[in-house]
Amino acid sequence: MTFGPHLLLALLEGTVTAFVLAVTALGLSLVFGVMRIVNVAHGEFFMLGAVLAWVCSSAVGTPLGGFLFALVAAPLAVGALALAADRLILRRIEYHPESTIVATIGLLYILQQAVLTLYGPEARPVNPPVYFTLAFPWFGYSGYKLVVAAASALLLGAVWWLLHRTTLGLYMRAAQQDLEMAQACGVPARRVYAMVFALGAMLAAAAGVLVVPIQQAHYLMGLDPLLLSFIVVIIGGLGSLKGTLVASFVVGLSDGIVSVFFSPTLAKIVATLLVAAVLVARPGGLFGEGRG
Amino acid sequence: MSARAPLKVLALHAAVLALLFAAQFALPPYHHTNVARIMVLAAYAIGYNVLLGYTGLMSLGHAMFFAAGMYGAGLPVYYLGVGAAGALGAGLAAGVVLAALFGLLALRTTGVAFLIVSLMFAQAFYLASLYFNEVTLGDQGFILSQRLAPLQAGGATLGFHEPAVKYNGALLLFAACLLVSLALRASPIGRVLIGIRENEERTRLLGYDSFRYKLLSLTISGGLAAAAGAMYALLFSYVGSTFASILFSIYPLLWTLLGGVGTTLGPLLGTGLMFYLVDLASGVTSAYLLAVGVALVLLVLWFPLGILGTVRARWLPWLP
Repeated sequence: MTFGPHLLLALLEGTVTAFVLAVTALGLSLVFGVMRIVNVAHGEFFMLGAVLAWVCSSAVGTPLGGFLFALVAAPLAVGALALAADRLILRRIEYHPESTIVATIGLLYILQQAVLTLYGPEARPVNPPVYFTLAFPWFGYSGYKLVVAAASALLLGAVWWLLHRTTLGLYMRAAQQDLEMAQACGVPARRVYAMVFALGAMLAAAAGVLVVPIQQAHYLMGLDPLLLSFIVVIIGGLGSLKGTLVASFVVGLSDGIVSVFFSPTLAKIVATLLVAAVLVARPGGLFGEGRG
Repeated sequence: MSARAPLKVLALHAAVLALLFAAQFALPPYHHTNVARIMVLAAYAIGYNVLLGYTGLMSLGHAMFFAAGMYGAGLPVYYLGVGAAGALGAGLAAGVVLAALFGLLALRTTGVAFLIVSLMFAQAFYLASLYFNEVTLGDQGFILSQRLAPLQAGGATLGFHEPAVKYNGALLLFAACLLVSLALRASPIGRVLIGIRENEERTRLLGYDSFRYKLLSLTISGGLAAAAGAMYALLFSYVGSTFASILFSIYPLLWTLLGGVGTTLGPLLGTGLMFYLVDLASGVTSAYLLAVGVALVLLVLWFPLGILGTVRARWLPWLP
């Protein structure tokens, strides 16, 4: 293949990566924006989504049925787990920023090792729910990847709707802007925090379900999305949802291009250097609220 | 605190070091090697504690400094046949330079952003050690024992495979790091660092350039971690990218939290206990890192001061 088709492939791959990354990172960004905490176990929620998708698809006979079942059941299960973690751990330490980070690192290892024990060290494939190929003159492209991008876009739209058209969304935005004032106006802060933490985890799990037919389910797969989500929220600015979306596309496209032309490992290194450049120019991120 | 009871403090630290020295004659071979390893890793934790305990900056990326020391020492030995002293110096220099450069970038952020950035850069370092596997040999790593010349001391030849050399090399490094951290804590610089930990705004108001002090603390911390990494490579003869992985950034955090953040002897205690706990757990299950996760959650929930931190708060207020 010559340069042009290569670039087309890189842009396609990059777009798919960007959409999935946007869903994952939006979960992290929402949790930080509203609760002011960093969830280091976020990648494990992604991994759990993928592993549960494998469980669902082996339980249901047809690929499409299994996929749809997983798309509903996996995020719900992961959301329930996140609610439990919020109730049993985070609320007890009163969402103290550094304690929360230590606790979620602990949660990361607990979830990861639990999956290793129950599911095993193997990487297992899941059949895509729909199978068609987009035939370009130079290469065939898996149609399922475009379904992933479309489904991610739908999810992003749903989050926007939730934030701007529902009472819960109103509460969330209020808590983000000024927690004390929001509480004084009757926003049930505890319940909102629990819902936001669960919502963040569910977004990660949904991204995991979408990705598993492309990537295979493995107990260590959570680290890459965590790293990329961190890169995205630092570039976009901690707590800025618009920044998260813009940065997802910057990082996703550069990841796609460097991965296709060089190697996926180099792509992650380049993305980190991108962060270094942003930190030099704008320490608070592109759309951040000032420093840090 | 240490000004009121300097003798007690010095006696305590001397006693700990003497006990560690004496232990080598009593320990059976298996525990002999383990304690040597624990001392090197505790030196790493002491370096971590300088940043977390004295300056109040939590890092999730110290593995890159440990690994920088390891590669800084290991690569010259492997490719150029450099001797042990040169290798240690090169490892230390690699860590100090990396820490200073990283600090110039990362200290532009504050709070949790610093944590994320440290984790990210450490992961980039880890991936780079895999990417350049023609030089570093990636996660397979390389072994130094064939290439490292034995030490010559007064006519005696000391090979690095000898248990006594391993043990006393580790003890020497540990003692040096412990004294650095003790001296730092008592020095005017250490007091400014503790001031930054307690209230950075107020310290700046008093006229201290907090960025410079944090950079200094990070550089010292990274340097100690790198010294430990370099020594680990020489004594245990192996260099590999596993030591740059995220787990080796989490370990010193866990060791320091368990032993007691901001205490001089806490890192040793935490490292020793956790080393044996992980050792026990790995005998039972392949999912032994569960112990790491559970320990972190339990510490945060019910034991935030750690062992020596609690001892200091309840019984021995003079403990440094």
